[in-house]
Amino acid sequence: MINRTVNRTGTPLVEMRDISISFGGIKAVDHVSIDLYPGEVVGLLGHNGAGKSTLIKCLSGAYQKDAGHILINGQEVEISNPRDARAQNIETIYQTLALADNLDAASNLFLGREIKRNGIVDDAKMEAEARKIMGRLNPNFRKFNVPVSALSGGQRQSVAIARAVYFNAKILIMDEPTAALGPHETQMVAELIQELKAQGLGIFLIEHDIHNVMKLCDRASVMKNGQLVGTVNVNEVTDDDILGMIIMGKQPAKAA
Amino acid sequence: MTDPGHTAIGTAPRRSLIDTLEIDVRLLGMLMAFAAVAVVFTIWTGGTFVGPRNVFNIAVQTVPVGIMACGMVFVIVARHIDLSVGSMLAMCSAVLAMGQTTWLPTMFGTSYGNPAILAATVVIGLTFGTLMGAVTGWLVGYQKIPSFIVTLGGLFVWRNVNWFTTNGQSVSLTDPNLLMFGGTEGVLGASASWVLGLVASGLAVWGIIASRRNKLRHGFMVKPVWAEAMMAGLIVGAILLFVGWLSRYPVPPAKLKRLFEARGEVMPEGYTAMHGLPISVLILIAVAVVMTVVARKTTFGRYIFAMGGNPDATDLAGINTRALTVKIFALMGFLCALAALVAQARLQSHGNDIGMLEELRVIAAAVIGGTALAGGVGTIYGAILGALIMQSLQSGMAMVGVDTPFQNIVVGLVLIIAVWVDILYRKRLGLSK
Repeated sequence: MINRTVNRTGTPLVEMRDISISFGGIKAVDHVSIDLYPGEVVGLLGHNGAGKSTLIKCLSGAYQKDAGHILINGQEVEISNPRDARAQNIETIYQTLALADNLDAASNLFLGREIKRNGIVDDAKMEAEARKIMGRLNPNFRKFNVPVSALSGGQRQSVAIARAVYFNAKILIMDEPTAALGPHETQMVAELIQELKAQGLGIFLIEHDIHNVMKLCDRASVMKNGQLVGTVNVNEVTDDDILGMIIMGKQPAKAA
Repeated sequence: MTDPGHTAIGTAPRRSLIDTLEIDVRLLGMLMAFAAVAVVFTIWTGGTFVGPRNVFNIAVQTVPVGIMACGMVFVIVARHIDLSVGSMLAMCSAVLAMGQTTWLPTMFGTSYGNPAILAATVVIGLTFGTLMGAVTGWLVGYQKIPSFIVTLGGLFVWRNVNWFTTNGQSVSLTDPNLLMFGGTEGVLGASASWVLGLVASGLAVWGIIASRRNKLRHGFMVKPVWAEAMMAGLIVGAILLFVGWLSRYPVPPAKLKRLFEARGEVMPEGYTAMHGLPISVLILIAVAVVMTVVARKTTFGRYIFAMGGNPDATDLAGINTRALTVKIFALMGFLCALAALVAQARLQSHGNDIGMLEELRVIAAAVIGGTALAGGVGTIYGAILGALIMQSLQSGMAMVGVDTPFQNIVVGLVLIIAVWVDILYRKRLGLSK
């Protein structure tokens, strides 16, 4: 079991207040507020289409919120594209991994943030850096000189994770990071999450598997039909309570 | 995250020559196809095909399509298409022709042939081409109109704006400074060509050494020294062979006599001069080198390939793909203008039909050269080889007296076969299903 003594007395790392976003009249996210503290993992749960991915994309810069406020360390920030999010040390591991299949691991890792020497991209330096970080995350990774389309699911995942971790993220968004992985690889991701948590990162984890939520998360925020059902401390509820929130949109008897 | 099943890429004890030299197999295939075309026509024409004169002509005729094919590689790699390049060439050519013969001379009260006017016209023409491309790029990137539609429309629009610009008349171009960009009227001569060839060889060797040093500094595997030396030898050999060959193509005595007379001198008895490298071919080589560096060594090029591989991921990586699209098409427009300059200089006139159907040749050159229409894959050298193969085929068939319709049939079939072979090759390698 993980250490669940998160200090929530200070300023939250991330506060999303009253966020709304709609697409063509449909309210995908409807006045939702969530927060995240340093060293904490907050699970985002809900059915497909409940709005969790849409909500989190407002934080990663993929979508622009229609209304609401985003505060990082208590300061209101404007995140209107992925660059803004990266500038706030927010890194995202997308469910699709968002890799350019025709480029190699190092090019993907540094995409948008290439290391340059005299104005030209320094591939050798980037590959050396990629080898360093991959040596830490996935020591068996060897395929540095092939397009990532030639990699297995797990290897592709480790490239996406390396990209998020390499640039000193303070806030990490993981969208179903283990959905496409085998049990062994899932365990590696779980260990990585705990390591990053110990380093003081805040992590939003979008997850369908209740078992993973109970194991990895400190708190869980449940959404249904674009609205927030509630946020609970995971160690104060049972998995049936959380399922009840997801399926019926019903608060457990003893909510946090 | 370990994946022990997929780590076997280590060095096999014995590697084939091609592996050791790290030659792209696809490049090798194209070179062999090119060689086959050359050998067949050389035998068929009894050697005339590879004679200095014909090599010179093929090189010069390849230039406009080659220049545009470089830009088309970027466009197609980014998952777009540009069907308007032939019409843009015509439009730029019209602006260049009218600019130097009518507009600017009238404005400044000078006569046709003033070098300053020509320089200004070239700047205006290149700027105009870039702007035309940027408009296409804006419609595609920011307004999200499919590039196929925008450029199909552009094909009609620019071809006919061109018609109105010149009132449908051909413009004869005689300024010797302009004709230098064409073919036989703008050559370096043998000595200067050799100097340039040696300098280029030196740069190629230096490039190989610098790249090896950079790899070693980071502790990566490098090719054995003999393999590097062999590659350097092949490249230097190819450069010097090309230079040497063109330096054996003599300028006709009648033309030399005329040149001397123009300077008010008398040609000495027994005087000869060789063509050497044409300036237009140097322009193509410069474009190819710059575009290759852009593709491989700049973030601009990297982002184009990333966008072709996965547009959404490129967006999410914080790259402004809309602005990138504008830049790609603007570059294409610039290259169309450059190609227009070379084409009108070679033809010594601007006609309404200049660049007609050229878009298809340009796309065919890029595709024969291994650029995938699905995006994300393509090389500059491949596109130029593609243009060269097509031009050689046409030139060879014309020499042996094949009728024009049949020439076009062969070029069309070659396009299909080239892509077919590529698909079979990729299937066999397991690169695609």
